[in-house]
Amino acid sequence: MTGLPDDATLTTDGLAPTGRGKVLLIACGALAREILALIRLNGWTHMDVTCLPAILHNTPDAIPDAVSEAIARHGGSYDAVKVVYADCGTGGRLQAVCDAAGAEMIEGPHCYSFFEGNAVFAARAEDEFRAFYLTDFLARQFDAFVWRPLGLDRHPDLRDSYFGHYEKLVYQAQTDDAALDARARDCAARLGLAYERRFTGYGDLATALEGWAAR
Amino acid sequence: MADEDDLILSDLDDGELVSQMHDDLYDGLKEEIEESVNILLERGWTPYRILTEALVSGMKVVGDDFRDGILFVPEVLLAANAMKGGMAILKPLLVETGAPKMGKMVIGTVKGDIHDIGKNLVSMMMEGAGFEVVDLGINNAVEKYLDALKAEDADILGMSALLTTTMPYMKVVIDTMKEQGIRDDYIVLVGGAPLNEEFGRAIGADAYCRDAAVAVETAKQFIARKHNQLAAG
Repeated sequence: MTGLPDDATLTTDGLAPTGRGKVLLIACGALAREILALIRLNGWTHMDVTCLPAILHNTPDAIPDAVSEAIARHGGSYDAVKVVYADCGTGGRLQAVCDAAGAEMIEGPHCYSFFEGNAVFAARAEDEFRAFYLTDFLARQFDAFVWRPLGLDRHPDLRDSYFGHYEKLVYQAQTDDAALDARARDCAARLGLAYERRFTGYGDLATALEGWAAR
Repeated sequence: MADEDDLILSDLDDGELVSQMHDDLYDGLKEEIEESVNILLERGWTPYRILTEALVSGMKVVGDDFRDGILFVPEVLLAANAMKGGMAILKPLLVETGAPKMGKMVIGTVKGDIHDIGKNLVSMMMEGAGFEVVDLGINNAVEKYLDALKAEDADILGMSALLTTTMPYMKVVIDTMKEQGIRDDYIVLVGGAPLNEEFGRAIGADAYCRDAAVAVETAKQFIARKHNQLAAG
């Protein structure tokens, strides 16, 4: 079983595969903890995981090439490769990479959508486009993904330039964790936004992995 | 209290001051930019010359370095805020002194999208280049775009989106323009982080503009072409 690196390592380096198993999941580092939990819970010992640095979340243009490279590097050692990314701001380019490699990927625009359930998220989208979302991982890594890259540590006065049109921060909780709830609430306060915690569990991520595991 | 080493802007000659303004824009120093604009005005510079030689050319460097990965969004925002400070002084004077008018643009972020940093940069740089800009803000439905184009007798429609989920709405707007037989009455420019040239072509826009500087140059080219066509017609 793959050990879980700390969040900072998942952010910048990702996670190497163990080399064991028949199905390789190539995933975003922000999903490592959730994927490994699902594998452990379900006893999917035939599945191995490698994660790309989660910080690619902030530069979606770089995701398709990074996934393509990971498929080329690791794919030959496994019977099948699955890509645990949604479109993630790549505008269909990641789908094209996966199609060319014959690898399935997660449906939906991004993890906020598939954690909540793509259908539910889409139905809510029209009324909730002023929401800023955090997942468990992003709540833990808020400074690395939001605060510092936007320069708010150096220029807090820029906050309203970025978030002036947002109304609330929705913390999509994958787990029940009072400390993370408090942390996400604090993130909302720092951004000057109302706060809502919404328990999602693993949503369509679990459904997709179950489908892949069964084949 | 001023440090002994503090630079006295008014001691600089015109060339040095403009060069210093480029540096101050780059560093996002709004107060210094405002002070320098006032100094140049006192020295008899026309508002249009200050705008183009000091502010717009300075922002061009900022834009180029953003494109090349040397500067990042926070620095660009600070530079834009500094330029905005200078433009706030110049704008009323530009109206009085009759700066060249390039054309009129209606711009806005599409329905369901609240992101406006890029759009605001385009608005500012277009104004700096002599375009009149009517900024509709965020979350614009097709009717709002079309009403504004008509009411303002605009030349250009600019649409912006940051999300892959909202960018298809640009096609809704363009298709509606086609249905109403008004598509060719306007130059349609689109932009936003997830877009590309292929998308711009696919939805029937005249051009995709990858950044504010490209938007200005593209708008100028299309306006020139339009004028040439009118002259030839």
